[in-house]
Amino acid sequence: MFSGNRGLLYLLPAAVFVVLCGFLLRGLSLDPALVPTALIDKAVPHFDLAPLDSHSAPLASADLSGEVTLVNVFASWCGPCRIEHPLLMEIAEMDNINLYGINYKDDPAIARDWLTELGDPFTRIGADRDGRVAIELGVYGVPETFLIDREGRVRYKHVGPISEEVWSRELLPLIRNLRE
Amino acid sequence: MISEIGHIALILSLTIALVQGIAPMIGAARRDGQLMAIGKTAALLQFFFISIAFLALMNAYVTSDFSLANVAQNSHSAKPMLYKIAGVWGNHEGSLLLWVLILATFGAAVVFFGGNLPPTLCARVLAVQAFIAVGFLSFTLFTSNPFERLFPVPLDGNGLNPLLQDPGLAFHPPFLYLGYVGFSIAFSFAIAALIEGRVDAAWARWVRPWTLVAWSFLTIGIALGSWWAYYELGWGGWWFWDPVENASFMPWLAGTALLHSAIVCEKRDALKAWTILLAIVTFSLSLLGTFLVRSGVLTSVHAFATDPARGVFILAFLVVVVGGSLALFAIRAPQLKSGGLFSPVSREGGLVLNNLLLTSAAATVLLGTLYPLFVDALGIGKISVGPPYFNTVFIPLMTPLVVLAGIAPVLTWKRADLYGVFLRMKFVAILTLLVVAWCLYETWGGTFLGTLGIGLSAWVGIGVLVDMGARVGLFRDPIRVSFSKAMRTPRSIYGMNVAHIGLAFLVAGITASSAWRTEVLRVVQIGETVSVSGYEFVFHGVEKIQGPNYSGERGHFSVNRDTRDAIQLFPENRFYPVQQQPTTEAAIYTGWRGDLYAVLGEPDAQGGWSARLYFNPLVSWIWLGSLVMALGGVISLSDRRHRVGAPHRIMSGKANNRVATNV
Amino acid sequence: MKNYLIGAVVFFLWGFVEANAFDTDAPLDDPILEERARELAKEIRCLVCQNQSVFDSDADLAKDLRVLVRERVAAGDSDLSVKQFLVDRYGDFILLKPPVKPQTYLLWFGPLIITLFASIFIVFWLRGVSRERPKLSEFSAAERRRIEDLIKDEKGGV
Repeated sequence: MFSGNRGLLYLLPAAVFVVLCGFLLRGLSLDPALVPTALIDKAVPHFDLAPLDSHSAPLASADLSGEVTLVNVFASWCGPCRIEHPLLMEIAEMDNINLYGINYKDDPAIARDWLTELGDPFTRIGADRDGRVAIELGVYGVPETFLIDREGRVRYKHVGPISEEVWSRELLPLIRNLRE
Repeated sequence: MISEIGHIALILSLTIALVQGIAPMIGAARRDGQLMAIGKTAALLQFFFISIAFLALMNAYVTSDFSLANVAQNSHSAKPMLYKIAGVWGNHEGSLLLWVLILATFGAAVVFFGGNLPPTLCARVLAVQAFIAVGFLSFTLFTSNPFERLFPVPLDGNGLNPLLQDPGLAFHPPFLYLGYVGFSIAFSFAIAALIEGRVDAAWARWVRPWTLVAWSFLTIGIALGSWWAYYELGWGGWWFWDPVENASFMPWLAGTALLHSAIVCEKRDALKAWTILLAIVTFSLSLLGTFLVRSGVLTSVHAFATDPARGVFILAFLVVVVGGSLALFAIRAPQLKSGGLFSPVSREGGLVLNNLLLTSAAATVLLGTLYPLFVDALGIGKISVGPPYFNTVFIPLMTPLVVLAGIAPVLTWKRADLYGVFLRMKFVAILTLLVVAWCLYETWGGTFLGTLGIGLSAWVGIGVLVDMGARVGLFRDPIRVSFSKAMRTPRSIYGMNVAHIGLAFLVAGITASSAWRTEVLRVVQIGETVSVSGYEFVFHGVEKIQGPNYSGERGHFSVNRDTRDAIQLFPENRFYPVQQQPTTEAAIYTGWRGDLYAVLGEPDAQGGWSARLYFNPLVSWIWLGSLVMALGGVISLSDRRHRVGAPHRIMSGKANNRVATNV
Repeated sequence: MKNYLIGAVVFFLWGFVEANAFDTDAPLDDPILEERARELAKEIRCLVCQNQSVFDSDADLAKDLRVLVRERVAAGDSDLSVKQFLVDRYGDFILLKPPVKPQTYLLWFGPLIITLFASIFIVFWLRGVSRERPKLSEFSAAERRRIEDLIKDEKGGV
């Protein structure tokens, strides 16, 4: 049965190995621990959060339709949040971009102090004291940022602090797209 | 200064390795004795210089020389001496140095113990070893140099991860690497054989001891790692199917298959191409493991600080070495003449089935480990493949294998008599059924799988004992005759039987601790008694403690026993200020029936403490079984036939198979 | 870029650096439900840890998820519903036992397929090898006698 194809059979291990290496090479540029959002193109799950304190407006899922919105999940105890904050302040300055915040598992007083120190870019801040709303949104760490379109659908989520590169390469083009 | 010497020694080793890779290979092709001899000298020199480099790094750690970046990142002056030393290989760069050291050690061992090897084969083996060394030494020197300096020199280092500050760290990696890297010899032998174009009984006889050594070390290495996880991580678990664990398990599975396949190759001159392929695959799996651990391609608790740039280097190395060897296999293997014929029901047939199951198991573990990567790379989703998957698919593959191990000693070469096998196993089967019945009775209401496991274990264990008894004519011949028969039984038979008994222990341990484990998670008050599977744990409170580089709390449980003293258990929670990291130290008492295991949690507001209390039946049989398996390997190794050397190749006339195999 | 990398590393390690000592989880009153909740927790991945289940992990998120699982089990959800609830929010990644769907057919059936193919291959190979065995008619009369003698010899021994 194999006499003609015998040579080919011996090539099988090498062939399998080459395919394997292809995958391994691709794997070097992937992040195995990154959890992509399960909410892409789905409506934002319903939630209703109390305001952080008397200085901010509350945040509910109803507020997320009508305009293109960015929702940033942050906490005062989160180091990378500090790193991305200046960029958030810049984004807040830009026209036509709604930037809302969700304060995750934080003490409102400490969070307010944090925002006073670094600046408050958020038009609305919801306080998610026990982290339940975050779980509804599929959040597993801070910071995370959601991009939500006019119909209230999640179009993009970035895990980790937003860098200039992420902003200019991913978020900004998408936002422009969604506005048209 | 010493570190400079170490650095230079490392560079010298690379140069020597280059020479060692090229000269003997050319010499073997040209049958030039002088060029081939260079291989031996080079191998010894390489071992010498890499040892110097390794000792230099160790010296830097011991003296806390923080001008070396590697020491500054991984050590601390307050660290206990044992961990200063063991810390040498507790990081990426240092562990690579250990890798090449062991590679060079095996190369030197070939020089010392390979006196009976034909010069061409020896030269080629050393050349391949050197080629591998070139790859790893380059990788070390160019991307992961442990001798890199740090300026300005910090006052103190970052310290070693507290989880690694454990005696386990001192022994687990060295044994593991001795196994992993040891398979490089089998690999080199395989490549040399392919280049020579000849695989015969003699080749298999030479390869077997080296494979046994590597396999025994790897068995111990994996067992140590598992044991360490058991007592260090605090949940009584001992195997998590973590990618790095799988990375060491796959070469073990393939290596076990290789051991068995080499027997057929030696005794029956068959399965040549397959044995060669296995030798290549086993070491390739070791190399793949090295890649997986250091490239960041998979998440793992064990992974070193990963860097995709390093990953590319290792991948390139993998492509060259593994791809090259498999290509060589594709070209040369078809020319190997196939040898002895055998009936499917025979010892050869059994060993082929053994190989089928073990190789399928290795392929399954590989599939499960890499599948998340496949799915992600193809963009079709993101999934996790965890213990539930592996446990589901692995057990059906291993069960027939264990059954087979029980029958194996009874199968004869070439053509076995099924009826005869049945007759001989009848006695074993009856005894096994008795054990199963007893087990069912004792554990009625529990899971049936547990009894199945115990039954498998009994099958193998009793099978071995009955077979040994039959061999020496126990209860049939007078004691003196039995004794002399026992003395004359070759050590490799003892090795096989001891290893299989080890397997029986292992299976029993795994089964009992998985099926009948009792776990109690509770908040306990001082003076309270908690019942765990019939054992009464009494909680006596918690006190503060201070260690050399940690502070913490120690809880006190006692378990009363009827006639002897009560067992005292002191679980601890430690905090290491340098790394700002807490650890949990479980308190374990190992008794005959199993382990009592206590872990202290956190206090609650009412003065109670949360605690996890376990009874793990027969869990230490897992490591005992592994040790016994490794012991079997060592016993086989001591067989005179391996030391005396392979049978003389009959150069003229037809090679008579039967003469060669009856040694 | 470097800051981002550091940030990402800190972000992902955050859960892992949490206290290793576990804190009190309030178990459910019903032991059967509690047992179900625990078994479920063993199959759910802790997303901020390295390959641990939420049952084994002490990370904050793991604790939150354990509490969530308990709530849903107590509320009467089936095991499947609880898992689906989490998959709806986090994707298949959160399940340690991958679901059986077209993307994972190869994973779940792979071991069986591999073993089957290998077995079939071996059967054919054994047959092919024995077919290569030279036929009796190829030997001379003297050689045939010698073959018969040898076979008789072999049968006599073990």
